[in-house]
Amino acid sequence: MSMTAQRLDADPAPPPIKPAGAVAQLPERPPALSGKIADALGGAAKVIIPPAITILVILGLWQVAAGGSNAGLPAPSAIWTDSRDLILHPFYDHGGVDKGLFWHVVTSLSRVAIGFSFSAVVGIGLGVLVGASKWAHRGLDPIFQVLRTVPPLAWLPLSLAALHQAQPSALFVIFITSIWPIIINTAVGVRNIPQDYVNVARVLRLSPIEYFFKILAPATTPYVFTGLRIGVGMSWLAIIASEMLLGGVGIGFFIWDQYNASRISDIIVALVWVGLVGFALDRFVALIGRVVARGGPA
Amino acid sequence: MNKAYLSIEALGVSFSKSGRVSEVLRGVDLQVQQGEFVSIIGHSGCGKTTLLNVVAGLVPITTGAVILDHQAVEAPGPDRAVVFQNHSLLPWLSVYDNVKLAVDKVFGGKKSGKQRREWVLHNLALVQMTHAKDKRPAELSGGMKQRVGIARALAMEPKVLLLDEPFGALDALTRAHLQDSVMDIHAKLGNTVLMITHDVDEAVLLSDRIVMMTNGPAAGVGEVLEVPLPRPRRRLELATHADYIRSRSRVLEFLYARHALRDVA
Repeated sequence: MSMTAQRLDADPAPPPIKPAGAVAQLPERPPALSGKIADALGGAAKVIIPPAITILVILGLWQVAAGGSNAGLPAPSAIWTDSRDLILHPFYDHGGVDKGLFWHVVTSLSRVAIGFSFSAVVGIGLGVLVGASKWAHRGLDPIFQVLRTVPPLAWLPLSLAALHQAQPSALFVIFITSIWPIIINTAVGVRNIPQDYVNVARVLRLSPIEYFFKILAPATTPYVFTGLRIGVGMSWLAIIASEMLLGGVGIGFFIWDQYNASRISDIIVALVWVGLVGFALDRFVALIGRVVARGGPA
Repeated sequence: MNKAYLSIEALGVSFSKSGRVSEVLRGVDLQVQQGEFVSIIGHSGCGKTTLLNVVAGLVPITTGAVILDHQAVEAPGPDRAVVFQNHSLLPWLSVYDNVKLAVDKVFGGKKSGKQRREWVLHNLALVQMTHAKDKRPAELSGGMKQRVGIARALAMEPKVLLLDEPFGALDALTRAHLQDSVMDIHAKLGNTVLMITHDVDEAVLLSDRIVMMTNGPAAGVGEVLEVPLPRPRRRLELATHADYIRSRSRVLEFLYARHALRDVA
């Protein structure tokens, strides 16, 4: 009896274990499905949470430091109350220079786009020349090394004197500021083409044009984009500074205008825009570089 | 003068760097017959790579001459395809496109597009790399890259195939595998091959003749050894073959007894 009882006990016993096993496996499977989402969230959290904490800490310290009534700079809470319209309505346009920050940034960006395009084309061309020709290198490199140390704004009076107008002067300042890193990095890239690739080209008897497109261009692409990234950053620096002096529409002039109107809160809001746009520009050029390098000429 | 296919005659090569002239090769004479597999062996720095580069046309001749198929070698060309030590595939091109670049350049006017595509695939099949034709060099192992390098060189249908320590950077097993492939291809196509190596076993296994070079500066041909082993050769059977052992010890004796490197390394 006890034997059968044990057997009876033993027999029903396994079924509960099996479902238990199945249940025990279930939690392992769902993580494979929702696990991806959890991983993505975890990854996003890793990227977002630390800077968010940093920003909160900085804002907190800032609030405490500038909270007093006689502080020189407004506290974050004061910025919010002073400049709420500016923060919340970037797209308004009341004509003239009374526009939302978005339009100021767009104007500045369009200047950067024109000036930087010129410097990219000319810079890559000169870089290839200086990298490929020993004589061009000897003749031009010392001049480049001196000119590249001239600060962007030092070019402004000269370009104003030569070009008489604000708009082309601003474009010239962007051009002359961002061209040096493009030239120098392109030249380094051309000089650093591995001898093996050159030998392959010589054994195959590639013509100069074939060499340019099949060896030189793909081999130097990473260097060129390093130069372009540095260049776009510098041209963004240059446009803000030169717009301050030249006036009109543009984020640089906006900052100067608000300073004259003693609206310090607006300046801080504009600085956040400037920083974010500069960051986006850098990432944008880096992204293009990655796409071009991966796609290759194939 | 006998009618060798590739003839290196009284070759001397010197480099001058900032006024100082260094003589790398002096009085090198070597005749290679069509279809022959010749290895050049010597200690590092003896100028064997320079010799190969001169034949390739990558290094200018100072004195003497290199004559291939009745024509003096003056510049690089696809009739002297080189398999470089570090493969030198273009990393931005796929395996297929690396070979295609050479085929398009060499056979651009002679073969149709379809023929060229088939020729690329044919050469990739020859080195058993068809399966990886769409991969980039970075995705391949060292041995596979070297196979593609060989395919690219073979695809040019060179008069002489120049191998610059092609297996030097590979592990022993991969190296053996590639040596077998090269022997197969040589048996099938009958290429004229000039190979640089510092591996005695490799030289004896693959070569019809082994050229042993003296130490630099002003290095030259010290001794030329005929390897009297019948083809096809199988490494396992050769290990105990009397001629193999005799050839091997001749080369070893040359390198380590008579022309040992004097405490440089």
